Amino acid sequence: MLPVLLALAASAMPVPPGEQPVDPYAQSDANAGAMRFQGQSMWHAFHEQAGVQRIVDGFVDRDIADPVIGEIFKGQDIVRLRRTLKEQFCYILNGGCAYSGRTMKEAHKNLGIQIKDMNVLVVNLQKAMAAEGVPFFAQNRFLAKLAPMKKDVVVR
Amino acid sequence: MPPRLPLLALLAGLALATPAQAGQEMRAGGKLVLTDGVSSVEGAAGGGLATWALIGGNETRDGIGGSAHVTYVPLADYSLTSYGAAIGIMDRVELSYTRQVFDTHEVGAALGLGKGFTFDQDVLGAKLRLLGDAVYDQDSWLPQVSVGAQYKHANRGTIIHAVGGAHDSGTDFFVSATKILLGQSLVLDGTVRATKANQFGLLGFGGDRHDSYSAQFEGSAAVLLTRKLAVGGEARTKPDNLGFAREDAAWDAFAAYAVTKNVSLTAAYVDLGSIATVKGQRGAFLSLQTSF
Repeated sequence: MLPVLLALAASAMPVPPGEQPVDPYAQSDANAGAMRFQGQSMWHAFHEQAGVQRIVDGFVDRDIADPVIGEIFKGQDIVRLRRTLKEQFCYILNGGCAYSGRTMKEAHKNLGIQIKDMNVLVVNLQKAMAAEGVPFFAQNRFLAKLAPMKKDVVVR
Repeated sequence: MPPRLPLLALLAGLALATPAQAGQEMRAGGKLVLTDGVSSVEGAAGGGLATWALIGGNETRDGIGGSAHVTYVPLADYSLTSYGAAIGIMDRVELSYTRQVFDTHEVGAALGLGKGFTFDQDVLGAKLRLLGDAVYDQDSWLPQVSVGAQYKHANRGTIIHAVGGAHDSGTDFFVSATKILLGQSLVLDGTVRATKANQFGLLGFGGDRHDSYSAQFEGSAAVLLTRKLAVGGEARTKPDNLGFAREDAAWDAFAAYAVTKNVSLTAAYVDLGSIATVKGQRGAFLSLQTSF
């Protein structure tokens, strides 16, 4: 039964332009790894769709160029990363998006991420949110949603 | 001296016995700024007055780090200077040493000790993180919990005995719970300390009124204003063991600022109450810390 479902999921999941194909997986908003906020205040604090796009692009740009964690992103599908991160942020901020990416565990397996890498990533996200002018308290509310993902992201 | 050595060895052994993760790579640094706390008055990672459950040093569970600090506390009639260093092992164990120098200035002359007479104290601390992650466990109310001990030795045994102090050395034991409530941008800490110390130990341990351990409380609350700045307040109760002078609780209001990844500055207004019969010992608490 499972292979059939996965085949169905895969067939319903064409590879978006510029992205590399990935092994089939079951899509679900639950893959985003966090419950979404209620109401619209967080979505507004992040300047909605345009703000989230700028934040994710700034965040990914910082990560790729980062002297500590840049290496981890070499050979990764950055086009897909930007798209799924924008979906994930939009979903968690209750911006009305569906999340089509993999689970945090699945997306980070074999990357060998340590706590230090995750902390560098957090700072890059803080800088990207600050550059967008997201109030610091709203930044922290968002980070509080992401923090428990550590157990799926940090694998060694 | 002897009692602390087996304890330190035990704690260091526990840290090194932490099971290694598959493919674990040792790395320097890596903590988020301010999540190693600042150096408290006794040298442990904490706020200014309170010891916290956080482990000092910039290391993560994959490394060994450390910190060094100098602190100056000018009060109405006295001043306290302290300096020391700490080692953090795998974000699990903290070992610290601090020397405190308490200058009596003019009060020393009035008491016949001599102007600028100092009471000094060495503090050796060990802390073990038992459970929890104050930073990342945001889906749980469980705080980071640490236990520890601080062996203290005061250098003025003769005077301490003359004013009713029972011992010139002693060991405090504490359990500390620290939680960052990221969704609320708050840092909370509560610490219970079993101690006999008079004025942190500078006036010895136990006294003519009481010579037994009592449970004392240290609490801190701070709000994170930016990635690099936290402001808050602390309160700390202390024993009242000496008949010649009442001892009060202490409190402060502080700001801690991460100047760089490796340097933090703490400035506070502190009120230590009455010290050795001289009331109203309020003033500043200024501390510079570097960590790696």
